[in-house]
Amino acid sequence: MRFIFSYLKKYGWYLGFIVLVKLAGSLLELLLPYVLEYMVDEVAPVGDAWRAVAWGIVMIVLALACRWLNVFANRRSSGVAKDATYRIRKDLFWHSVNLSGSQMDDFGLPSITSRMTSDSYNIQNFIRSIFAMGVRAPILLLGGIVVTLSLDPAMAAVLCVIAPIVIVCVVLISWKGIPLFDAVQQRLDTVVRIMRENITGILVVKALSKEDYERRRFAQANRDLTRQERTASIVMTMPGPVMNFFLNVGLTIVVIVGAYRVNAGAAKPGVILSFLIYFNMILQGAMGLNRIFMMLSKANASANRIALVVNCPEDLTPIPAAEAAPCPGDGHIIFDKVCFRYGENSTAATSAQFAGGERQMSLQDISFSLAKGSSLGIIGATGCGKTTIVNLLMRFYDATEGHIFVNGRDVRSYDRDELHRLFGVVFQNDVVFADTIAENIRFGRDVPDSVLPRAAADACAAEFIEQYDDGYRHAAAIGGANFSGGQKQRLLITRALAAKPEILVLDDASSALDYKTDALLRRAIREHYREATTIIIAQRVSSILTLDKILMLQEGKILGLGTHAELLESCPAYREIYEAQMGEGE
Amino acid sequence: MARKMNFQSSKPKDTRGTLLRMLKYLASYKYLLFLAIALSFASNLLALQGPRYAGLAINEADAGAGLVNFDMVFYYAERMLFVYVASSILTVVINIVMTSLSKWIAQKMRKDVFDKLMRLPVSYYHHNTAGDIISRVSYDVDVVSTCIATDVTQILTSLVTVVGAFVMMVYLSPALSIVVLVTVPVCVGYTAYMRKKMRPRYSRRSKSYGALNGFVEEMLSGQKTIQAYAYEDEVCQRFDRVNTEAVDAYYDAEYYGSTIGPTTSFINNLSLALIAMLGTILYMRGAVSLDKISSFVLYSRKFSGPINEIANVVNEIFSAISAAERIFTLLDAPEEAADPADARQLEDVRGDVTLEHVQFGYDPGKIVLHDLSLAASSGKTVAIVGPTGAGKTTIISLLMRFYDASSGEIRVDGGEIHGYTRASVRKAYAMVLQDTWVFHGTIFDNIAYGKEDATMEEVVAAAKSAHIHGFIMRLPQGYSTVISEDGGNISKGQKQLLTIARAMLYDARMLILDEATSNVDTGTERQVQRAMRELMAGKTCFVIAHRLSTIRNADHILVVNHGDVVEQGTHETLMAQRGFYYKLYAAQFQ
Repeated sequence: MRFIFSYLKKYGWYLGFIVLVKLAGSLLELLLPYVLEYMVDEVAPVGDAWRAVAWGIVMIVLALACRWLNVFANRRSSGVAKDATYRIRKDLFWHSVNLSGSQMDDFGLPSITSRMTSDSYNIQNFIRSIFAMGVRAPILLLGGIVVTLSLDPAMAAVLCVIAPIVIVCVVLISWKGIPLFDAVQQRLDTVVRIMRENITGILVVKALSKEDYERRRFAQANRDLTRQERTASIVMTMPGPVMNFFLNVGLTIVVIVGAYRVNAGAAKPGVILSFLIYFNMILQGAMGLNRIFMMLSKANASANRIALVVNCPEDLTPIPAAEAAPCPGDGHIIFDKVCFRYGENSTAATSAQFAGGERQMSLQDISFSLAKGSSLGIIGATGCGKTTIVNLLMRFYDATEGHIFVNGRDVRSYDRDELHRLFGVVFQNDVVFADTIAENIRFGRDVPDSVLPRAAADACAAEFIEQYDDGYRHAAAIGGANFSGGQKQRLLITRALAAKPEILVLDDASSALDYKTDALLRRAIREHYREATTIIIAQRVSSILTLDKILMLQEGKILGLGTHAELLESCPAYREIYEAQMGEGE
Repeated sequence: MARKMNFQSSKPKDTRGTLLRMLKYLASYKYLLFLAIALSFASNLLALQGPRYAGLAINEADAGAGLVNFDMVFYYAERMLFVYVASSILTVVINIVMTSLSKWIAQKMRKDVFDKLMRLPVSYYHHNTAGDIISRVSYDVDVVSTCIATDVTQILTSLVTVVGAFVMMVYLSPALSIVVLVTVPVCVGYTAYMRKKMRPRYSRRSKSYGALNGFVEEMLSGQKTIQAYAYEDEVCQRFDRVNTEAVDAYYDAEYYGSTIGPTTSFINNLSLALIAMLGTILYMRGAVSLDKISSFVLYSRKFSGPINEIANVVNEIFSAISAAERIFTLLDAPEEAADPADARQLEDVRGDVTLEHVQFGYDPGKIVLHDLSLAASSGKTVAIVGPTGAGKTTIISLLMRFYDASSGEIRVDGGEIHGYTRASVRKAYAMVLQDTWVFHGTIFDNIAYGKEDATMEEVVAAAKSAHIHGFIMRLPQGYSTVISEDGGNISKGQKQLLTIARAMLYDARMLILDEATSNVDTGTERQVQRAMRELMAGKTCFVIAHRLSTIRNADHILVVNHGDVVEQGTHETLMAQRGFYYKLYAAQFQ
């Protein structure tokens, strides 16, 4: 809650003003029936028609004023909700974009996205409606209680007995109900999962004519979900009738107690009548409070989830030059006895653990040095740590042991943007954004239009880009859905090449390219980006065999490091892959 | 492959038609619905009796100190209690009925959507993202079913109450009822006016939310790339625009929307004022008695309450209508054409496949395959080779009848495939695709997927020939080990082996292989290759080939570029031609 308040703080008195306006509006609304009563009791017997008309006009004016005040307050609170949500989202987004690799791993992408969307909507709705409901319900409740107490303490005592029972019942039901909804969520996850499986696997489903089978499988999950959801929802509708029941029983007791009080001469019958009216008010107030608490707990949960991201301490800040490790040699890029384990600084368990396996070292004792302008190919099985090398080089994570140097400087001593500007990089499964092709290539950097065709030509992308009537202004769909896998990769490579980077990193970036395009690309890099130190990660031997050095990784350890010819000699694992892929074996 | 983006138009659609269709879902529960309405009406009536008995009890107490007739007080108190207890019980029953209704309708809608998904052509999945389809099932269905069940009932109950109250009011005082004739049209007119005003604002709001969700999801999935290119500030600025639009659209809708509540209560208060004014004057003229005015006020409250509610509910109905439109758009999407009545079953396949002058394009204007002819005789391997986007996958889609060629003929064992049922044509092929697909379930289920009554022995045999048996036995629960949807707990190579085992067990006469080396890690490369070779033995194979060993050993190589077969022949003849294939082949040694 404190988190939401911190965004409302700047409104201070303004919020008080809104509450006052809302208060005035609510009180006016409560006043109207009394005017009516006055007219019926006092005006009607006198018989002055003009007075009746005058009081009628007073009522209309009051009603108008009431409407105006309420509209005014509603609009202002919507305005506050708008502004606060805007700033919350802005901060949240900024922090999300700047999370470090391990922080991102801890939260997980879906979780961050839902914080950004549904949680921020919850808070928006909460801020908007809390003023309206938060003013009205307590007025009704408190007003009702104060008046009844002052009217007749004995009858009010009935209320004091009933109220705790009601509260206990409602709390108990809600407390029982919440775990039920967890179960609903699980069933819903199953339904969504089956749906997703069928969408992604539609070719297989159709190829094997498994439509009926899948329909049955879905129907089962659907039934389970419905059953669970029905139970949970029914339980959650109970508090209303239960509350009603108890309060009305209380009311009946009040009538009886009242009758005794009247009989004893301790109260007037009119008091009982007023009690009935106020009891109703109290009931409405209590129901309103119940709703407010439900909203409050929902908004609070959302706010906490958002606060967790926003208050995440900045990770991987540059270390002072004095603490930086001294560079052990001269080379453009140096890895010096680097070891790394994912999740070292986090408590969250990731799905990477399977069957109770322990977290293993992702990299162990990795040392190599690359001269400026040289090239390195990294090859090895999935999960052997190829991508981790890039993650450490660009400091998305810090090495657990050992040091990494770029231009003779410890990577930890660089400002993040300063370090990243040296790179042109394509990650595994990298993204094309919904924007023009030109902006996807430029990506906020100062790349003149004249450079685009050259970079595109080097990446073998010019051919398909120039096919479009609007060329570089052609728009990409979200995730580049309007491009094929090969087109996307070529576009991404263009992005990496466009700013003539000092270091070029291609992580599995040409897997969708055919051999010929792949070869053309490598030739272009060799000829036009001579200055750039290049790291290419690949699954295909043919993508890396011409590079200056090849690093063969297995389970985070170096199995071989050398030229293609050297590795063929010295590294049996490498030779085996080569033969399998190039079709020379068996 | 050219994929057309699906831009959904936001034009106002057939509101009434959508509404009627929503009501159709209610029709199958009409008895329950009538029960719910009858019960709510009864509970309304009972609730109205409560205050009356309370009043009567108080009247008895009115006798003054020492004179109260307690027998009568208890008599009315008992009635009062009975009425309230009964109405609470009725409320519980109504809640159960209503909740069940809404959940059952949701179940029916989800079922309809899923059944539809199974009948949609493959092309639908190229134009619509999984996230979009799923959001219709998880979110839209909820909105619509809740609306149908609760809102519709509420409106119907309200109507009953309104009519009842109106009858009572006319009965009490026809003259005073004139007030209602003033306020009701005002209320109805106002609601209609607001509806017109709010509709575009609500749709702008949901659109801007959609844009916000989309933007956030897109940008955060590329968070690493954004950091790598120091693009954070630019992205934050762009987010600012999306965010501003979202809160502006929200505020715009709220600015007007938040007047609805106060305005309807204003109309109520107005009617109260008019009744007070007119009632007082009528009373002065002796035309109406005081207790009738009180009752009239009571009924006018009963009368305006539901009208108020209808106004609130109308808002919810609007958002439900747009949700329903999204569901119905999906339900109305054109399905895979039904098999013709005289379609035969393709059986006892030998595996001779011929394509003659096949032409095809995903979009009418854009032809992907121009004029493709080829013949593959039983047991032979055809390798399809060519650069990315040349149309290799398209050929496979046509063979499997995921799409139908716009002209030309495809024959299996001499028969045109359109003369056979789709299912039987598809069943004639086993398929191993580049995007290996496993689902959340045991390894046994995943392998046996193509053959429903497969025995353990058969599954183990298939796994053994796919060289994955050893791996499976090392897993904690062997064949009962549950693997997850994205196969996160096994490697891509092992997934590939599982799908090969699946194809082994399926044992069709023809095989389609999309052989991509890029996804297979080098550790399992050899195993996969060996398994593939065993799978291919004796079958007519169409292979989108990447491995040179596969290409070289193929009986026939088809070199495709820009949707045309540019060369075909064996490895030796093609190399001798020194054409496109030669260049492609030489490239990997550069």
